Amino acid sequence: MIRAAIVAAPIDVAGLLDEVTAECTGATTCFVGTVRDVNDGRAVTGIEYSAYAAMAIEEMTRIGTEARAQFGDVRIVIEHRVGTLGLRDVSVAIAVSHARRAPALDAQRFAIEELKRRVPIWKCEHYVDGDRQWVDPTAIASDAPAVARGGQ
Amino acid sequence: MTELQVLLFASYAEAFGASAVTVSVPDRGTVEDVVAALRVLPGGHVLPARPLVSVDRRYAPGAVPVHAGQEVALIPPVAGG
Repeated sequence: MIRAAIVAAPIDVAGLLDEVTAECTGATTCFVGTVRDVNDGRAVTGIEYSAYAAMAIEEMTRIGTEARAQFGDVRIVIEHRVGTLGLRDVSVAIAVSHARRAPALDAQRFAIEELKRRVPIWKCEHYVDGDRQWVDPTAIASDAPAVARGGQ
Repeated sequence: MTELQVLLFASYAEAFGASAVTVSVPDRGTVEDVVAALRVLPGGHVLPARPLVSVDRRYAPGAVPVHAGQEVALIPPVAGG
């Protein structure tokens, strides 16, 4: 079971956990990403998220399919929020379940790392001083995503 | 020539001042031709050497051919999570 969504309303984390938990599963994991107050030394007041929703949903679904191919019969739900979020607001939640804990934990890690690497979602940080800036991970990290180098 | 609409998002939408632009590329053109056409538009100077492009909602390297009617998008560096 795979479900992926881009949502404007607050993410119901408990609902996602419930959704992936089944009688055949014995381990449910959840990753929750929240808005942090400082980034690169600058005080952040909030983040404005936007997405290429149609592609983001397809890409997150592909990540779910790859997770199932690599880690077995995991059940996975990914929701990413868009719009203006304040500190502590949940921007992304990924719930994964499996009969055993190891595949659930491994698939969990895989899904968030791949989401950050390749799903077309963007964030514009708003700072205490009134400034704003689009976050560009490729400007800080030397290892740009493989897709940027023409591969996948 | 083939006319293609290219979707723009986030920092690129701000740089080009639009959420989509129309470009002309040679018949049997490629993603590289799309990028070259975008680069000369106002705002195109912000593009990196090899910007990400998607065709029909999948990342597409420069050599991928493009056709009228496909959903083409220019993808800024992603920053989800």
